[in-house]
Amino acid sequence: MGEDKPCSRMNPTHREALELPSRNPTADGNAGHNPDWTRSRGEANPAPPAGGAIRPRSAHARRYNTSPLLRSLKTACSLRGGSPAMFAELNELLNASPQRPETGKFTLLRDTRTDGSFLVHHFLSFYLRAGCKVCFVALLQSFSHYNIIAQKLGVSLTAAEERGQLVFLEGLKSCLDLWFGEQEEQSGKPSPLQFISKSTSDLKALFDFVQVSLTPASSDSWKGPVLLVDDLSVLLSLGATPVAVLDFIHYCRVVVCSQLKGNIVVLVHSNEDSEDEENELVVNSLCHHSDLILWVEGLATGFCKDVHGQIKITRRVSLELTGEQDVVQIYQYKIQDKNVTFFARGLSAAVL
Amino acid sequence: MAAAAGGAARGRGATSFQRKAAAGSRLATVAGTRPSVRHGQLLLSSGLPSLDCVLGGGIAVGTLLLIEEDKYGFYSSLLFKYFLAEGVVCGHDLFVASAKEHPDSILKELPAPLLDEQRNELGEEATAVKSEDFQDSMKIAWRYQNLPKMEASPTTSTKFGHYYDLSKTMSPELFQPIKWHSFYLPEELSLQPTVKTRSMNSAYGRLLLSIQRIISQEGFDGSDPQKKQKNILRIGIQSLGSLLWGDDICCSDTPEDIHSLTKFLYVLRGLLRKSLSACVITIPAHLIENKAIMERVTNLSDTVVGLESFIGSERETNPLYKDYHGLVHVRRIPQLNSLICDVSDMKDLAFRLKRKLFTIEDYLLLQQSRKSLQ
Repeated sequence: MGEDKPCSRMNPTHREALELPSRNPTADGNAGHNPDWTRSRGEANPAPPAGGAIRPRSAHARRYNTSPLLRSLKTACSLRGGSPAMFAELNELLNASPQRPETGKFTLLRDTRTDGSFLVHHFLSFYLRAGCKVCFVALLQSFSHYNIIAQKLGVSLTAAEERGQLVFLEGLKSCLDLWFGEQEEQSGKPSPLQFISKSTSDLKALFDFVQVSLTPASSDSWKGPVLLVDDLSVLLSLGATPVAVLDFIHYCRVVVCSQLKGNIVVLVHSNEDSEDEENELVVNSLCHHSDLILWVEGLATGFCKDVHGQIKITRRVSLELTGEQDVVQIYQYKIQDKNVTFFARGLSAAVL
Repeated sequence: MAAAAGGAARGRGATSFQRKAAAGSRLATVAGTRPSVRHGQLLLSSGLPSLDCVLGGGIAVGTLLLIEEDKYGFYSSLLFKYFLAEGVVCGHDLFVASAKEHPDSILKELPAPLLDEQRNELGEEATAVKSEDFQDSMKIAWRYQNLPKMEASPTTSTKFGHYYDLSKTMSPELFQPIKWHSFYLPEELSLQPTVKTRSMNSAYGRLLLSIQRIISQEGFDGSDPQKKQKNILRIGIQSLGSLLWGDDICCSDTPEDIHSLTKFLYVLRGLLRKSLSACVITIPAHLIENKAIMERVTNLSDTVVGLESFIGSERETNPLYKDYHGLVHVRRIPQLNSLICDVSDMKDLAFRLKRKLFTIEDYLLLQQSRKSLQ
């Protein structure tokens, strides 16, 4: 079967350094195609054959899985013809679809004792599929890391960047340019991360960057803009004060959510017994302002092979001031190579 | 799929199936590395094969391994030396930075590598110790006699890692062909008294400049296409964050600049990601009073391993730990190019230092196997 050859998934800098021809494996893992073919097409890779996302379940499991929501979820996924793009099960749980993305929403991704970055990959491929213009502030990992995972989910980030749909700020690279490149300071535009080396601790340069990238030009035909931030907590580590971070988010909300009718998705780390008070301040404040909170936690009882954690989805209906309470749903999940499966608590494959 | 020889032989169920590394042979043009089956990055050995198994095959090129020092820094400096010794044996370039002892003296004390015959002896000694309660030949299930026993100590059967003899130091001949660079803070301070570093502790700033200079001059970031023979740079930084580096996070609850260390790690991460290098940093985490800094440092590193030694603690007399010298806590495993982390099966790890060998084992598993055999 088409398993990716190990060499094809290497960091491109390392690949160039070792002088290997670059490979561009397709989403379904057939590494035998001519690499230039997929790149010149400039499109996301074609959907692999149906049945890609259907998990084989034993007859035993089918008999005992009586939750109507989950049953309809499984049939919906199988009927849709299962292209492994962006976690179809999560779309069902959130009642979201790339054909009609919502507008003006602020989604907070929060993780505790585990890594919630799989949600970032989900939203990135979701909004790219939906045809929105995305500004991705990626502070923690390199471009190739996101690209490789996005290809598994059926979206090519290089192609999206080329056609202008994606503006990618690679934090690591721009920090290096800022730190070691004295010449560029005078010539080019100011670096978005200039708060690291200057004494001013406000994030105005970063906000200007976001505003410029997401303001629609006259020739653009994309649906609403989306700002995606992978890891707001890193900004605190780099010297920004919590107030500066909250100001930055506030300005972005005004521009992106209210004026441009777009969406914002932000990932933060948090911990109940954390001693990082600045981080907890930012996280709590953002929780009060978000429309949707996805809180990913590792299991309190420890590590388990079949259940990687639990996700708590909170829809802040109370913000609409209709007197209703927030809707909270809790599921457990397991991360696989190209997909994440969600199930009700206690119904993991290990138990059934 | 699960039994590839390239990947670690996970304890139970290790078979004799050896997958031919056909796809990897094109890739292993750099000595001492092998490609990871999981995520396609190149892996280096950390010098300790049991630690390689715990880390999912080795240290990935371009990542940072942070070791939280034990109370007296004894075992963490051993791991540091293993890492550098592995670099010498594989022919990699070394960059050693320290504020405490001169890198020359660190490099004079590297352990000597074991040759194959001696390694077999050592392997036998290790397995003899483990199977001392084992019965003789099986009478009923004799077909299972020759299958490998359940391994509680992670082992790899390839030539990827090397074993070292701590009782001998490495001979200078092994050292001759190696190119190494050093950064000794007191020397740097006397050579260049004033260096402009912006908004960061000056010692860290100098170290960053030095690393960046070496990477670009020696072509580790691929900037020199003429260079035929690619090589890896192993960076080792000892006791970062201690008072000798000019940072007061280890001695005060409200340090002057809490962002220096995290900024340093962030810029270092950027440097590592764009070059063929790997870095091991030891940090005296038990001295840092402001735990928020340690949380941020953990989030900014790829792999974090904490050592806790039993010297002077009440665990020394605990019968559960009677054969061991300390515990190993794996706090973080890197997530590279895939949605899943490579989490090892073994969770309760302890280390012990025999005369010559330093091993990391799953002590609960061994306990259970011994109990079941009684």
